[in-house]
Amino acid sequence: MSDDFDGVDRTLRVRPYALTGGRTRSANDLPIETIVKATLRGLSLTSQLTLERKRIVTMCMVPLSIAEISAHMHIPLGVARVLVGDMSAEALLETNRMPVGRLGDRPDIKLLERVLDGLQAL
Amino acid sequence: MAFRRSEAPAAADTGNGVPIPVKIVIAGGFAVGKTTFVGSISEITPLTTEAAMTQVAAGIDDAGDATTKTSTTVAMDFGRISLGDDLILYLFGTPGQDRFRFMWDDLVRGAIGAVVLVDTSRLEDCFSAVDYFESNGVPFIVAVNAFHGRLHHSLDAVRSALGIPDEVPVIRTDARDRAATKLALLEVVQHALLRASS
Repeated sequence: MSDDFDGVDRTLRVRPYALTGGRTRSANDLPIETIVKATLRGLSLTSQLTLERKRIVTMCMVPLSIAEISAHMHIPLGVARVLVGDMSAEALLETNRMPVGRLGDRPDIKLLERVLDGLQAL
Repeated sequence: MAFRRSEAPAAADTGNGVPIPVKIVIAGGFAVGKTTFVGSISEITPLTTEAAMTQVAAGIDDAGDATTKTSTTVAMDFGRISLGDDLILYLFGTPGQDRFRFMWDDLVRGAIGAVVLVDTSRLEDCFSAVDYFESNGVPFIVAVNAFHGRLHHSLDAVRSALGIPDEVPVIRTDARDRAATKLALLEVVQHALLRASS
């Protein structure tokens, strides 16, 4: 009944980028492998969230990457990235990305060694 | 049984209980076996995600029309491997052709390195991926996928045809075989380690 124009109506199917207000970039440009997990705050607020946000919070009770969120929700990567960026800014989600080491944007030696050990143990 | 259980993690951990992601890019021409390679070792059935071309090509493409925003997408298959409780390795398969270069910058950012999968009967399909990784300083190896156990050319012939230096590993693999895929991944991580240590 109330005309609420500032949110996405949860009953409407909308074009993907309408979910992001047409934005293709979020404030912090998260790598596609960024791992996302729902926060307690996010979980406690699910009933108030729009459909897409609710799905993301519920899905991320187990840690998932942005790429996985995009795949499971059938939304483009860029859309998933913006949604996650916004939701983590609102503390509905917490994220983790690769720590940036001395090599700039490459994993540092210690991390590479852990990957090597982990692969060998498979 | 569980090693390094209580040791401080080697790499920085934000301490929020969210695993750290790392990734390796799997590049190669059409139907060279990228998804098979990823699927042979991934703990999940490979998933598909779509990148919209204008999303990252905005500066290159002069379309300038908002209505074309989602018109061109590229599918990308990927898988994941949990390495312990707090580390997840993602494998992203990406089309090797030049026209998909727009998404490579995004994909290789932060990557451990890349595996260039090669079918020796269509060697030219991997040229642009090799060019790209070389010129952007991304550690990579070349893995020749032996279809039906056969190679059409020797690994040395592949190396010289590609004109890559001796320090870049060129190996034979079988994308269907988990053990072979694991070896290829170990090879690229070792190569990245060597590069990082030098």
